Amino acid sequence: MTFSKRARRFGSLARFCLFSCGWVSVWLCLSGCVRHEPPADLTIINGAEPESLDPAIITGQPELRAVQGLFEGLTRLDPKTARPIPGLAERWEISPDGLVYLFHLRTNLVWSTGEPIRSDDLVYSWIRALNPATGSDYAGQLFYLKNAEDFNAGKIKDPARVGVHAVDPFTVRVELNHPTAFFLDLCAFPTLYVVPRQTIESHGDRWLMVRPLPSSGPYELAAWRLNDKIRLKKNPRYWDAANTQSEIIDLLPVGSPITSLNLYENGQVDIIWDKDLVPVELLDVLQHRPDFHSFNYLGTYFIRFNVTRKPFDDPRVRRALAMAVDKNRLVRKITKAGERPASHLVPDGVAHYTSPVGLEYDPEQARQLLSEAGYPGGRNFPRFNYIFNAAAGGAAKIHENVAIELQQMWRDTLGVEMELKQLEWKVFLGAQSRLDYDASRSSWVGDYNDPQTFLGMFTSGDGNNRTGWKNQTYDALIREAGEQPDQDLRASLFQRAEALLVRDEAPIVPLIFYVGINYFDTNRIQGVYQNLLDSHPLQSIRKIHKP
Amino acid sequence: MYFLRRLAFSIPLLLVISALAFVLVRLAPGGPFDRDRAPASPEIEANLRAKYHLDEPIWKQYARYVGDLAHGDFGVSLKYRNHTVNDIIAQGLPVSMTLGVLAFGFALAVGLTVGFITAARRGGWEDYVGSFLSMLVVCVPGFVLAPLLVLVFAVKLKWLPVALWDSPWHMVLPVVALGLYFAGKVARLTREGMLSAMQSECVTAARAKGLGENTLLFRHAFRLAVLPVVSYSGPMLADLLTGSFIIENIFQIPGIGVFLVNSSLNRDYTVVVGLALLYAVLLVGLNLLVDAAYTWLDPRVKYE
Repeated sequence: MTFSKRARRFGSLARFCLFSCGWVSVWLCLSGCVRHEPPADLTIINGAEPESLDPAIITGQPELRAVQGLFEGLTRLDPKTARPIPGLAERWEISPDGLVYLFHLRTNLVWSTGEPIRSDDLVYSWIRALNPATGSDYAGQLFYLKNAEDFNAGKIKDPARVGVHAVDPFTVRVELNHPTAFFLDLCAFPTLYVVPRQTIESHGDRWLMVRPLPSSGPYELAAWRLNDKIRLKKNPRYWDAANTQSEIIDLLPVGSPITSLNLYENGQVDIIWDKDLVPVELLDVLQHRPDFHSFNYLGTYFIRFNVTRKPFDDPRVRRALAMAVDKNRLVRKITKAGERPASHLVPDGVAHYTSPVGLEYDPEQARQLLSEAGYPGGRNFPRFNYIFNAAAGGAAKIHENVAIELQQMWRDTLGVEMELKQLEWKVFLGAQSRLDYDASRSSWVGDYNDPQTFLGMFTSGDGNNRTGWKNQTYDALIREAGEQPDQDLRASLFQRAEALLVRDEAPIVPLIFYVGINYFDTNRIQGVYQNLLDSHPLQSIRKIHKP
Repeated sequence: MYFLRRLAFSIPLLLVISALAFVLVRLAPGGPFDRDRAPASPEIEANLRAKYHLDEPIWKQYARYVGDLAHGDFGVSLKYRNHTVNDIIAQGLPVSMTLGVLAFGFALAVGLTVGFITAARRGGWEDYVGSFLSMLVVCVPGFVLAPLLVLVFAVKLKWLPVALWDSPWHMVLPVVALGLYFAGKVARLTREGMLSAMQSECVTAARAKGLGENTLLFRHAFRLAVLPVVSYSGPMLADLLTGSFIIENIFQIPGIGVFLVNSSLNRDYTVVVGLALLYAVLLVGLNLLVDAAYTWLDPRVKYE
């Protein structure tokens, strides 16, 4: 097949002209559609796309961090210590029995749209979170209020019977079932934030799409585009606006750890603050950098045993397995971001509490326990399974590696064989709550700074127990602790309960205390403090512009 | 007439698809409100299920769904509870479509050119290089190609942004990463098409009539040769328009491809069914367009 030279030249010339014209016009077209937004003062990679920005609905960390900027509760968290400090309430009085709280609102409170915020708004917001029609996952955060649980379950129809009332426009009276040591912490939790009644009543579930959206916090919602960005603009009417450090903040949802790191390295974002967005492959390098920060966090990685199945119904077996795990090896070989090995469930540093020492690594003792239980050298020990979930981001690799490591430790030390089963997230959750497993990867992150958030879930029949373990002494200790107003007595009750959980009975094996991880350059970013809750109120963060 | 009939047929087809998706996604283990932390009381989950009518029998749920669908309402996302499926499509589809149309244009421009040249220079070095490259891009998956492109052009050379979706510059790498695979396919189809067209009777007849080689190649052979490309274009465009999970994830593009995958993992029932329907509509519509293009390109094809 041959061409004439002329035809060839014509062909290529025509093609070239056509394509260049085409692409130039496409380019111009696209440039026309581009959004022209002013650059943000601060750009933060915030983790997954928030499921919602409705304080009554949210449950996750990325949502919480964004919503903390938009709305506020009676208290808020100190940016440094994450302990509750006055928020919309400037002061409060607590009755001697710890059952009645009288909150005094600030008198200069207004929504970002100008209307005043009064005690009625607070009562409305709490009742709304409890209302069955709202469908709030975390309504339980309000169950400490008198009659709240019954109202949420529909057993009480009259909201006036719930323990929250407006005494006058600036005073709220709260009645609790029991003295609740961490109630002021809860008041800083999103479920208890103040939300705009009028907007919600006229727009229903679509209220967050209203612009301008009335906000009670330091920022207003300027834009919210799914998987693109949340743009927050300073709320000049916020009571503490004088201390809001940045005018415009962009929160980017990013799914891939490598993409996050690339954006950060290229200077397009200032802060990454989600521990799932750390590329595990690069941890060896990253952890030595001055802009990589890891710190103690209110989270524990542990193993659940299904105690309704043989041989895990025998505490000696569970204790043997627990003592055969070298947790130091897990943090050194696998997690590598500064995590600490865990022998108890409640992380170190929780307010007014010190955990008892749990089961330490002791292969000799472990072998002996197993042989006492009737499995000397692992003989006749049935093959069992260990389930773990397929996760997003860096966590996936960690779950798998921990599983492989456990498999090897138990085989080498005790001579028992374990099968690994990786399950899709929702399938995993189902298997765990139906007790359709032998051993399971687990983790728990505390909602507030108190042992209750960790220890309460292993009471008999709690939805988060998921081990089948029932112990009346444990239940009684937790119940007593919940009603005990004296802090020291309360702590010792919790300690006795925790000793039962992690040392004597061991339905769970604590493995690792999580760390919070974020990266930012301390020479350029101010106001991000490391605390147990990994809480970083947006209003205190700013970028220093160097000449 | 033929096209009207096909349009009429597509309505029951879409209903069947929606019913299948509706039932299948509910058969998967777990539900939209399963979380790693159980709510404080069983009533909380019951309230949630009641709010979204998941406590009703499935036929009643479906009837309600079809009723809403008749008003153009795809329902509320069960994961992103402040957003309707309509919101998700309205925000994500234009982005995915922009990316898809550009990648489609890129794939056709590059693919047709390479295919044409490799066929015209059969056996020459152009043929070997072109065929090798088109084979290579077909074999290298997007999750390998995209990070490589980012590494070279964004991280090392710093010519283009690493991710996000702001200016036309942000679009270059994702368009290339998404389009190259299809470009390779188009190039191979075009080359095969050209070679067989050159052997066909009508081209031989045209050559016998004394037509110049240039006219022959462009007007006759090329028109026949693009037919396989045209029939491939329908599904290819539907694929490209609904976004790519991998490319959108790597470049953090706010398109719809991410939802297509994540909604099933999240058991976000309404989004799964809504997007399945959207994909079906696009596929049906584009195939119809392809058939129309056939009648125009190939005089031998007529629909009764």
